[in-house]
This record gives sequence, C-alpha cells and structure tokens, in this order.
Amino acid sequence: MLIVMALLVGALGAAAFYLLLARSSLKLLFGLLLLGHSANLLILTSGGLVRARPPIVPRGALEPPAGHADPIPQALILTAIVISFAVLAFAAVLVKREYDLTDTDDTEDMRQTWL
Amino acid sequence: MLWMILIPLVAAPAAPWLVRRLGRHVGPLLALVPIGVGLALAIHLPMEPGTWRLEVLPWVPELGIHLAFRLDGLSITFGLLISGIGALVLTYAGGYMGDDPRLGRLCGLLLMFLAAMLGVVFSDDLFVLFVFWELTSIASWLLIGFKHEQAEARDSARMALLVTGAGGLALLAGLVLLTAAAAGSGIPLDRATRISALAGVGLSGHPLFTPSLVLIVVGAFSKSAQMPLHFWLPRAMTAPTPVSAYLHSATMVKAGVYLLARLNPVLGDSGLWHVLLTLTGAATMLVAAVMAAGQSDLKRILAYTTVSVLGTLTMLIGVGTDLAIKAAVVYLVAHACYKAALFMIAGSIEHATGTRDVRRLGGLGRAMPVTAASGLLAALSMAGAPPLFGFIGKELLLKAKLDLEYLGVVLALTAGLANVFLIAMALVVAVRPFLASRTVAAPDAHEAPPAMLAGPLVLAAAGLFVGLVPGVFDAALGSAMASAIGGRTIIMKLKLWHGLDPAALTALLISAVTLALGFAVFLRFRAGLSRLAGRFARLGRHGPARAYERLYGGLMDLAAAVTRATQNGSLRRYTRLVLLALVATCVYPLSRAVPLESVGPVEWGWHEAAVAILALVGAVTAVLSRSRLSAIAMVGITGILIAVLFALFSAPDLAITQIMVEALTVILLVLIFHRLPAFSHLRTTAARLGDAATAAAAGAVMSLMVLVAVAAPLPATVSAQMARLSVPQAKGRNVVNVILVDFRALDTLGETTVVAVAGLGVYALVKLSRRARGEGGKP
Repeated sequence: MLIVMALLVGALGAAAFYLLLARSSLKLLFGLLLLGHSANLLILTSGGLVRARPPIVPRGALEPPAGHADPIPQALILTAIVISFAVLAFAAVLVKREYDLTDTDDTEDMRQTWL
Repeated sequence: MLWMILIPLVAAPAAPWLVRRLGRHVGPLLALVPIGVGLALAIHLPMEPGTWRLEVLPWVPELGIHLAFRLDGLSITFGLLISGIGALVLTYAGGYMGDDPRLGRLCGLLLMFLAAMLGVVFSDDLFVLFVFWELTSIASWLLIGFKHEQAEARDSARMALLVTGAGGLALLAGLVLLTAAAAGSGIPLDRATRISALAGVGLSGHPLFTPSLVLIVVGAFSKSAQMPLHFWLPRAMTAPTPVSAYLHSATMVKAGVYLLARLNPVLGDSGLWHVLLTLTGAATMLVAAVMAAGQSDLKRILAYTTVSVLGTLTMLIGVGTDLAIKAAVVYLVAHACYKAALFMIAGSIEHATGTRDVRRLGGLGRAMPVTAASGLLAALSMAGAPPLFGFIGKELLLKAKLDLEYLGVVLALTAGLANVFLIAMALVVAVRPFLASRTVAAPDAHEAPPAMLAGPLVLAAAGLFVGLVPGVFDAALGSAMASAIGGRTIIMKLKLWHGLDPAALTALLISAVTLALGFAVFLRFRAGLSRLAGRFARLGRHGPARAYERLYGGLMDLAAAVTRATQNGSLRRYTRLVLLALVATCVYPLSRAVPLESVGPVEWGWHEAAVAILALVGAVTAVLSRSRLSAIAMVGITGILIAVLFALFSAPDLAITQIMVEALTVILLVLIFHRLPAFSHLRTTAARLGDAATAAAAGAVMSLMVLVAVAAPLPATVSAQMARLSVPQAKGRNVVNVILVDFRALDTLGETTVVAVAGLGVYALVKLSRRARGEGGKP
C-alpha cells in the first residue's frame, strides 16, 4: 500500500508541477491546490499508515488504544489544509484582479512590474 | 598600549562633528591626538636593543588568540612615524581642503586609519595583526574613493580594495598555516599565534612552512605594491593629496614591509624567503624607477618612486645581513620623511597652480620660497645627496650590496641604476617646478598657507637634522629596530663619512657617479619625456593592470549573463529552474537512501487503491481539461477523494476539514472565475512535453521522499507523551484537537492570524476591483 501512496503523492506532485509550469495564471492556482494535496499525503504517509485506529481516547479510557495513528502529522496537516485554503483564496483574488487590469492570463505577458 | 589605539579610534567619529563646530582650523587640534600617542611612545626612548615590553589581554583564549601588544625598536619607530606624520598630515589637510565641507570626513577617516595602522605595528598576535591589517585596507578604500562622485576615484578605490583584499586573504591563509606549523612543532596553542614566541624557533622543517611562507609573502607584496601587484598604487593617487602623503607613501604601503621585517626572525631561516624577497624587491626597485620617468603627473611620479623604494626595502630584508638590515632601517625612516614631504609639496603646488603636470609647471620659486626650500631639502634626501639622511641610507645600501658573496655587484649596479632614475625624478618633482625660468601654468601662484607649510618643512628639516647628527637616531631607536628585524643584536653606528676603507670608498664612488648620471638624466628630461611617456603608456596596456581589468570585466560580464539567464522575469523559467535543481540535487541521494524493505509493511487494500486511482484520474482530468468549470470540478473531486483516504487511514478530523475546505474552494473558484475565458493553448507541443518531463521527474522526487521518510519514522516519544497527557491534563479525548487548541495553541493562534490577514487581503482586492469597475463604468 505504501508504494501506491508514494506513487499517488508523486503523481499528484507531477500534475501540480505541470500546472505550475503552465503559462496561464489560472492553471497556477490549480497547481497550488494539487501541490497542497500531494504534500499533505506525504506527511500523512511518512507518519505511518494505520487503519481504523484514530488518535481518539475511547469513553472511560485514559489513553487512545494501543497502535493508534500518530496525532502529530495529523495536527500538522490540519494546519496545512487551513493555511493553504487561505493562501489559495488570496491567490485566486489576486489572479482575478490581475486579469481585470491586464486583460491576459498569460504569465509570459507579466514580465514587467509596470502596466 | 591598547589606549593608544583606542583614543584615535574614538576621536575618529568625533572629527566631523568638531569640524562642523569649529571650522577648518580644527586640524591642529585633531593633531593633538597623534601627538599624544607619539609622546607616550617617546617615553620609552632610548630603546635598548633586543628588549621589548609586552601587554596581553585575553580575547579568544579558546583559540589561543590574545590582544597581545609589543613595544620594541621596530614598533616604536613605526609608531612614531605613524603618529608624527599623522599629526602633520592632519594639520596639512586643514589647509589643503580649505572650507570644503568634507574636511570632517577626511579627518575622521585619517584618524581611523591611524588607529588601524598603530594596531598593525603594535600587535604581537598574528590574528590581531590581521584584523588591523584588514582595517587599514578598508580605510584606504574609503580614502581613495573619497571623491566618490568621480568614476575614476571609485574604480581606483575598488582596484586597491580588491588587490589588497585578495592579498589579505592569502595572508590569512598563510597565518593559519603558520600557526598550524607551529602547533605541529610542539609549541602550545597559546603561544603559537604570538610572533615573539615564534621568533628564532626554526619552523622551516615543517611541511606546512613553505606554503605558509609563500602566502604570507604574497599578502605583504600586495600591500606594499611589489611587482606584479604594484599597479593599484599609482592608481590610488586619485585620493586627496594628504591621503597620498600619509597612506600611500609613508605608512600603509609600508605595512607590507613592516610585516616582512616583523616576521623575518620567524621565517628568515629559509632559503626561499631570501630568494623571493631579494629577487622581487630588486625587480620592483628597477622597473618602477624606470617607469617613474615615463610619468608627467607629479603624484604619479612620486607613486612609482615609492614602489621602487618599497622594492628596495623588500630586497634589503631579503638579503638579511647586518649591513642590509641597517640599510633598511635608515632607508625606511629617511623615505617616510622625504616622501611624505614631497607629496605635501606636490599638493601645495597643485593648490597654488591648479595642475600637477610637470610639463606645465615652472618658475614657482619666487612665489613659493618656503615650499621651494623644503622641496629642495626633501629632493636632496631622496636623491641621496650629503649631508641628508637619505645619503646615509644610500651609502649603507650600496655597502650592503657590495658586501654580499653572490650577486653583490649585480645588485649594487641594479640599485645604482634605479638610483639614477630616482635622483632624476627627485629633481623633476621638487626642483624643476621652482627653478625653471618661465611660468606656464599660473601667473598668480601664491605661497601655501602656514598649515600646509608646517608638514614639508618639519619633515625636510628632520631629514637634514638626522643626517647631520645620525648618532641621535641610532642610539635612541636604530639599533633596537635593527635588532628586532634581525632577531639578533645589531648595533648601529651611523656616520656621514666612513673613512678610507675600500668598501666605503667604492660605495661613495658609485654614489657620486649615480648623482652625476641622475643630474644628466634630469637635464635631458624635457626632451625625452613625451617619447618615454608614450612608450610606457603602450607598455602599460599589457601589464598586470590589464590582466586585472580583463578579470574584473569578465566577472561583470559573467554576472550580467547569469542574471539575464536566470532573472528574466519569466515565472515559468523560475519554476523550471527550481524544479530542475530539486531533481538534480535530490534524485541520486534519495534513491540511494530508499530501503527496499520499507515498501511492504502496510498491507494491501483494494478499496484504498481504488480511491487513490480515482483521485489521480481527477487530477489528470483537471490538468487536461479545456474548460475552467470542469477543471474546478475535477480538482474538487480529487480533494474529496483525498478526504476519503484521510478517513480510511485513521484521520477523521482531517477528512472532515478537507471536505469542508474543498467545498468552500470549489464555490470560491466558481464565483471568481465564471467570467474568465476558456483555457487556450499557450504552449507549443515541444514545450508541453518538456514541461511534462520536468514535472514527472520532480514528482518522482516526491515519491522517493515518501519512501525514505517512511523508513525513518518520527521519534514516538513526543506523540506518546501527548496521547498520554491528552485526557488527564487537557480533558480532551480527541488528541489531534487537543494538540491544536491546547498543547500547541500558540501555533494555532499564528495560523488563525495568517487566515485573518489573507481574508483582509481578499477583501481589499475585491473592493479595489469593484471600485475600479465602478469608476471605469462612468462615461
């Protein structure tokens, strides 16, 4: 299963990089989004894959059951999901604004900082 | 001794303020600082040969580096020259700069340089010496580039900094190797960096000794403008004249000579030392003297003669016999006095006439009698005419050469030939502008103000005084200085007239011949000048300066090419470069680090694999889609499927968050982009294939990272601790939530701030768009 997850991370990453290399600023956004997914899965997998044993303490117990999933990568990913959403929202508005001002979504037309 | 360095250093930043408050006459007041240092040094006179005083303060004791300062004949002589000429130069600067508002900056920098230079000559620790050494380079750079609005001054300053700075690096490497050699020879670390402890130990057997010697010599040569590193010094003449008089004739350029003299007892037992110094010094002495004759600018003539004299001193230290060391001592002191005087006189002439071109100067003697008199004295000392101090120096120099077993006659003739040119140039610089019958440049030339007369007059008079009563100098300092250079007791008995022994008579004969020849060259100077100058200008185009220009220009071109190639404003290129760098640096080490057994520990699951494949299909469809809306939908599907994977692998919180965020993302993207056009083909097929290959390689790096990371799991102690403490301490059953809102609550606060700031940014941009559209809508 690890190999599948590794391939998924790599394939999502490759798709993200391909979009980041595109000239359309819209596609950059999708690239950012997919890259976030890829990175989150990387963290989750490298923390160790565990099935059906979430880090939750059952009622009456003091500790989660033995062999539970590592909570730290999950906490990291949770933060990452929220932050990448904030960044994506900002980037999306920025791209829109840029399109309104320049009438193009081609990044090769944006080599100068003046209009 | 530390305070002698600290007081000028503290006075330096105060100088601009003082000048602003008190005006141009503050020069003599500031001169009190070096005068005080000089008096404090004079207390130690007369210096007993072979003795010294040490003062040690710990600085970096772990590395054996201490603020160790040493007073002996060599450092006191240098200290007196630095402080004495420094006082005269500060006084002179007040007159030279007049009411120029930059006088304060000049005085401040001169004081800073003075402190650094005192540090160089007092230091007994190799690395403390190096620190001050570099400080003098920086002060010199600032002073050469003083008129920084002129491109020429900036270029010259940069050249001096690069040449002496590169030499400084060589010196540092040499000093480190020398310390290593000393430590390897059984000297404790505490003493391995101390010059006084290394003297006479005999390290030449150590394998690191030769490389360290070569590097140290290169460093000293760059500072003292020895061939082929001499070219920066004539260029440095773009500095204001007080700077040239101080740094580039009397003091800083002698730091290299000082270092060679100081380390002579440490490095002098090697044959290579003598060969390197003698040959380089002799070549520099002769070539620079001839090149001086090709110049027409007063200061550049003086600069080349300075290079020649520095070569002479290097050669004498290399020869290293008692006589040679005595000659070096006398020659060094005499040169410092007359050369500083001559530079100041050149400055006064320029001040009075507005030109430094000897071809346009003449007949100034009537207008500037005092300057003319001091010029004559200084020039006679430089020419080595009796009864001036320079004469004694030259006699000793010739005797030291004739005394040698090998090459003695050759070296003596070389020195004699160089001397012919020095004599001619001395007359050209300091006599011709005053004596020649007609004035070309300025009919209204006037005598320099008193502040500008004091320096040349005092220095020229000193040359005459010491020449007449040389016994004062050798008893007070000369013997002690010679002993410090030689590392053995050398007693000097200087005389103007050496009696009738054959060596002295031969030297006197050569001396008389050179004087006559020099005078002859001077008389032919006017006729030969332009032809010679043209020839040397052509020669100069192929010298080491040319190599420097090529190297520097090449570096600039390379930098421009690299910038053009990497910083061309194309986002695609930046991304591609980053990705390719990632691939180039990571693939090999990662693929070596993947342990094959890490591939199998988690069981196969068909449904999970199916979800993964579907997520991938979504992503690929999004990449290939031509429609924006379907691309947004496909990206959303991928996100939801990843949420499913989170749920399957024991991360319910992540799954919930991911589903909510994904839904929000899709709504946001649709809202923002529903009015934008469809994707168009912007890239050629070849570019697409290239990008696909780059992306695939970078994706492969990420796959490898997963496999490597799995094999090296996080240490479980922190996780276990948090899982154990979650209920008892934080009263929470969901450990992930507890970590976020309790254990790492501050991180979450930061995260919330980021989200809030991003939200503000979104709000501002949306509002900006609306307003722009509203205004644009109005007719």
